[in-house]
Amino acid sequence: MRFAGLLLCLLIQGHESPRLFLWGGDAEGGAPFVEADPANPSQVRGFDVEVAERIARGLGGNRTPRFVQVQWSNIDQSVERGDFVLGLSGVEDTPARRARHAVTLPYFEFREVLAVRPEDAPRIHGLADLRGRRVATLGSTIAYDLLLAARDSTGIIPISFDDDVHPYADLVAGRVDAVLLDHIIAQRALRRRGGSGFVILGTPVAVGHYVGVLARADSTLRDSVDAVLREAMRDGTLEQVFRRWSVWDDSQGALFEHVLRTNTVPRAAGPATGTTALAYLPSLARAAVVTLLVSMLSMALAVIVGLTLASGRLYGARWLRLLTTAYIEVIRGTPLLLQLFVIYYGLADVVRLPAFLAAVLALGLNYAAYEAEIYRGALEAVPRVQLEAGRTLGFSEMQILRLVRGPQALRYALAPMTNDFVALLKDSALVSVITVVELTKETAIYATNVGSWVVPGALCAIVYLAMSLPLARLARRLERRWGGRAA
Amino acid sequence: MSALLKIGGLSVRYDSRDVLRALSLEVARGEIVALMGPSGVGKTTALRAVAALQPFDAGRIVVDGFALEPGPVPPESGLTPLRRRVGLVFQGHALFAHLTALDNVTLALRHVLGQTRDAAEALATKLLAALDVGARAHAWPSQLSGGEAQRVAIARALAPDPHLLLMDEPTAALDPTRRSALGATLRGLCDQGRGLLVATHDAEFARAHADRVVLLTA
Repeated sequence: MRFAGLLLCLLIQGHESPRLFLWGGDAEGGAPFVEADPANPSQVRGFDVEVAERIARGLGGNRTPRFVQVQWSNIDQSVERGDFVLGLSGVEDTPARRARHAVTLPYFEFREVLAVRPEDAPRIHGLADLRGRRVATLGSTIAYDLLLAARDSTGIIPISFDDDVHPYADLVAGRVDAVLLDHIIAQRALRRRGGSGFVILGTPVAVGHYVGVLARADSTLRDSVDAVLREAMRDGTLEQVFRRWSVWDDSQGALFEHVLRTNTVPRAAGPATGTTALAYLPSLARAAVVTLLVSMLSMALAVIVGLTLASGRLYGARWLRLLTTAYIEVIRGTPLLLQLFVIYYGLADVVRLPAFLAAVLALGLNYAAYEAEIYRGALEAVPRVQLEAGRTLGFSEMQILRLVRGPQALRYALAPMTNDFVALLKDSALVSVITVVELTKETAIYATNVGSWVVPGALCAIVYLAMSLPLARLARRLERRWGGRAA
Repeated sequence: MSALLKIGGLSVRYDSRDVLRALSLEVARGEIVALMGPSGVGKTTALRAVAALQPFDAGRIVVDGFALEPGPVPPESGLTPLRRRVGLVFQGHALFAHLTALDNVTLALRHVLGQTRDAAEALATKLLAALDVGARAHAWPSQLSGGEAQRVAIARALAPDPHLLLMDEPTAALDPTRRSALGATLRGLCDQGRGLLVATHDAEFARAHADRVVLLTA
């Protein structure tokens, strides 16, 4: 009974209650936007939290704002799903977003600023000075679109991150040469580093605005939210909020004045609407090549290390057997994601591996543990009499392994190896957390830009299938051929 | 005739159970000795002990001057002289499943005796032809009949030219015609100066083709 009640509560929570004003944001983005309150981590704080509270108050009806956590890049999809009515967490104003959702008027103006290492500051003044250099930013943002455009025009190398902390860490570490992000984020990162490690260039690359986003069907509510925002600009409450969070500057005053005076919305930055699937195909093809390369190199590494581990477990001295067993158990018992972070960020003080190499290493070393167990099982499955036949002919143990046991074990190992490679192909999507833009990440960027997962998701699935199905087919054919030879 | 194989007082124990108790026998060059007895009496164990695949607890085995002592099987590095002297044809043939008949025969020639591929293939082809399976040289083991597989296994064991050939139940998969043909083949091998120790249930085969029968009793 109690369980049924709880279930009912959970179901009801999915819909807006008349007294609740559900708004969504990403607390992982942190202050000054939205962050878990250090004094009470179950609560959130930040200027976007206060803007949401001001909107809830202004809408009347005794609405109580309630925060819903959502990944930043999924705010648009979640608001359309009805997870909450208003998305508000440094959401950028773009033509694509305006075309697909009900977007509020802009309530904050941000500048896209470049951060570089102090020694580079004298010779870098803009994107044009970064030809051939690695420039990092947060994926699925106006800044990322600016970098993609600059890739074609000035030849920079855009590096996409999943968060806005590590780009600056990698800038200081020398893995990237510049970071392009909102000035609020850049200033926050600089404060966290005690004002050293990098400098923020004075001239912004572009200007953008933060907006609230509502479901396309909620345009009436959006108009009400706009009215509240105008009122908050007029009565100074919005300025007070921004001042409290030390993000107020002259450009906000100018924005407010423009909005109140002209009753129009400043032009949104970012790519134009109506981008067709065709335009994304080259990027998807590039990302598919990355996925394939990462997967193939990782699998090659996994096979080599896996064979070594399996041989160590079967033929090694006691200490070697213990060591290989420990490796296999530790790797299989911990998440791949954790291993990726440890290899890329954890080892950065000792060795600064390029992201691609770190991705191949992490995936390869992880899958090696699984391969080792496959090979051990396959080697043990070769009938003892086959090994004895080798012995009576005068082969050494190594020759028996190379000429008799290994080739026969391969037959047993082939099917599970193919399964593993297909799994690795899909697991390679995880490497996007260390800035390698592969197929799934590129699809997510595409989906965010077009505001839907239907076409990008289908395209992505087709490409994955195009890579994995021929493999499965090849493996089946080899199995049939070798199976036919089995005694 | 000089003894090629001398087994004296051979005993093998599993879990304090005697599998083989004080077996003594000799095989001379040019002689076929049949080792007979009911199932479980230790015929295969005796062959495995001579081939150094099986430790034994007491007794002594001497193959053409090379002695095996009781205790664990020595490492392969110490068994090279024995491997050159003794060939074993397993019950069920145990051909390498991933190689053709020809490659089964050439494998040891190339990788143990260091022959070139051409030389090894020439010898293997000759051996297979002599055993009447030359036409099946490129067949996979799974494509061979029981009799063909048996003869390929004999060719594989003979390739390194051992003096002593051990055979475990060679007639198990053969029809009467093939059994008789196998007997003729074995006699031909003896005539080349080899000694043969054949473990078999097949009294008729032993009577027809062996020079002597050693009977093991439970």
